[in-house]
Amino acid sequence: MKFSGNVHKFGADIDTDAIIPARYLNTSDPAELAKHCMEDADPDFVSKMQNGDVIVADKNFGCGSSREHAPIAIKEAGVSCIIAKSYARIFYRNSFNMGLPILECKGAVDGISEGDKLEVDTDSGKINNITTGKSYQAQAIPPFMQELIAAGGLMEYVKLRGASA
Amino acid sequence: MGMTITEKILAAHAGLDEVRPGQLINAKVDIALGNDITAPIAIREFKKAGATKVFDKDRVALVPDHFAPNKDIDSAEQCKVLREFAKEQNITHYYETGVMGVEHALLPEQGVVTAGDLVIGADSHTCTYGALGAFSTGVGSTDLAAAMITGEAWFKIPETMKFVYNGKMGKWVGGKDLILHTIGDIGVDGALYRAMEFTGETIDGLSMDGRFTMANMAIEAGGKNGIIAADDKTKAYIKGRAEREAVFYYSDEDAKYFDVREYDCSKIEPTIAFPHLPENTKGITEASSLNIPVDQVFIGSCTNGRFEDLLEAANVIKGKKVHPYVRTIVIPATPEIYKQAMKEGLLEIFMDANATISAPTCGPCLGGHMGILAKGERAIATSNRNFKGRMGSPESEVYLSNPAIAAASAVLGRIGSPDEL
Ligand code: SF4
Repeated sequence: MKFSGNVHKFGADIDTDAIIPARYLNTSDPAELAKHCMEDADPDFVSKMQNGDVIVADKNFGCGSSREHAPIAIKEAGVSCIIAKSYARIFYRNSFNMGLPILECKGAVDGISEGDKLEVDTDSGKINNITTGKSYQAQAIPPFMQELIAAGGLMEYVKLRGASA
Repeated sequence: MGMTITEKILAAHAGLDEVRPGQLINAKVDIALGNDITAPIAIREFKKAGATKVFDKDRVALVPDHFAPNKDIDSAEQCKVLREFAKEQNITHYYETGVMGVEHALLPEQGVVTAGDLVIGADSHTCTYGALGAFSTGVGSTDLAAAMITGEAWFKIPETMKFVYNGKMGKWVGGKDLILHTIGDIGVDGALYRAMEFTGETIDGLSMDGRFTMANMAIEAGGKNGIIAADDKTKAYIKGRAEREAVFYYSDEDAKYFDVREYDCSKIEPTIAFPHLPENTKGITEASSLNIPVDQVFIGSCTNGRFEDLLEAANVIKGKKVHPYVRTIVIPATPEIYKQAMKEGLLEIFMDANATISAPTCGPCLGGHMGILAKGERAIATSNRNFKGRMGSPESEVYLSNPAIAAASAVLGRIGSPDEL
């Protein structure tokens, strides 16, 4: 899939409490969660953000809780994809399971600034920074993850496997 | 070539003789766990997929512990989703307030998880059961939904890091300090995607409660699981509790490790994690010299809300009063622990010291209820995370410590050691 949008940049170790604080976890309604997306990392995020924008972050994005509310809030807020140096493993797993495209690319993160305009191709992992004219190649998505995406997420994958069993 | 304990458990549950790091497997799960925050999404996905029956009613555990006893109408609705699903599916391991405790203290105590198990839970601290010699790891709600249908989950075999602890622990030092020290050493992503295997003579000497505390915080170093091979203490603990036959796995002599790190525990001080990451650790000597006043002390959680933790805190606080401007909140992690603390007089010690005691719940650990911090307030807690806003206002602060330090700080009104009382 191809996306283009403006960059919202974050630092290292952005935890799931910063992405969606527990004070909002008494609901699992995606629209409600989206209203508070990234609130404790940047209280203005939701008001600044436009549909299709990209989150760019340093290492260990999504560390902490297993709450799927975190990728749900990000996806529902309209973020098209995330580019980070690395992800905490449960966040990584959750994102694929629910179909939020995320890319790992160390070089891109250092070469991208807040507000830059990007074009991202999640299939090839190609990232073009329109603002600076530079381009980057993200790590290839592992084959099993591609299978999950192709099936439309883990639940669809399970249904397919169930049907063939 | 040999395998580690983690590799062996994963291989056995995938029906394979051998697995190697990086390999993808589908494995059978012994228990799939969800709570009042994560299970409602899993149940929604379960229904959306058209599923009508869980794979095994004895192997799904639903614990409404985060916002229960229900803190508001929305949380009540979430808990209701669990209870109706539990009724409809006739789930054996469903816990209503009264028998409910913090999930990661409750399941081992009740024998729902045991040595050799493969457990997934839609909660990141599911790694706690590694203390029994089980492979257990946190997943998301969608994984839980899939496992409730199929009884299986996919895994990538992690590389293993071995942590060897030797030497006699000093006064006021326990499992919490060993794990905080380790996280301070390797960082919050120091074990990302990897298994953490804890070994050495100090671990052999550690109680089960101390071991649970260590395995609990593997996730705070990014670990996929934390694991301690079973020994006589483990066997004594699971005896009479475990509802399934335990299986004991041990790492081979020639197992391959990504890294081996050794610690001399005689040099580890009681360790405090400063805001806002568990890796920001300092020894108590330095922490105490900084004269950091606290507004709240929380003794509880799946990290340090077990009996031995309460005993340690009570021994420090006995006969003293907490500082008049420090709210001191003690939360026994399960009803069993609560009862034992009551029988052995710990609750009275806490109450005589002007601390308050709550029903078992996660409560303030995640900023849920029962002790939320206002803007500018500071707490020292025996829990596992001190992220910004974790216990309330994004402008509050959380420091992490062991129960003895937390209790001493409650009396002192600032972060300090029992030696200063
Ligand atoms: S006590 Fe805290 S860390 Fe443990 S399960 Fe509850 S909220 Fe999570």
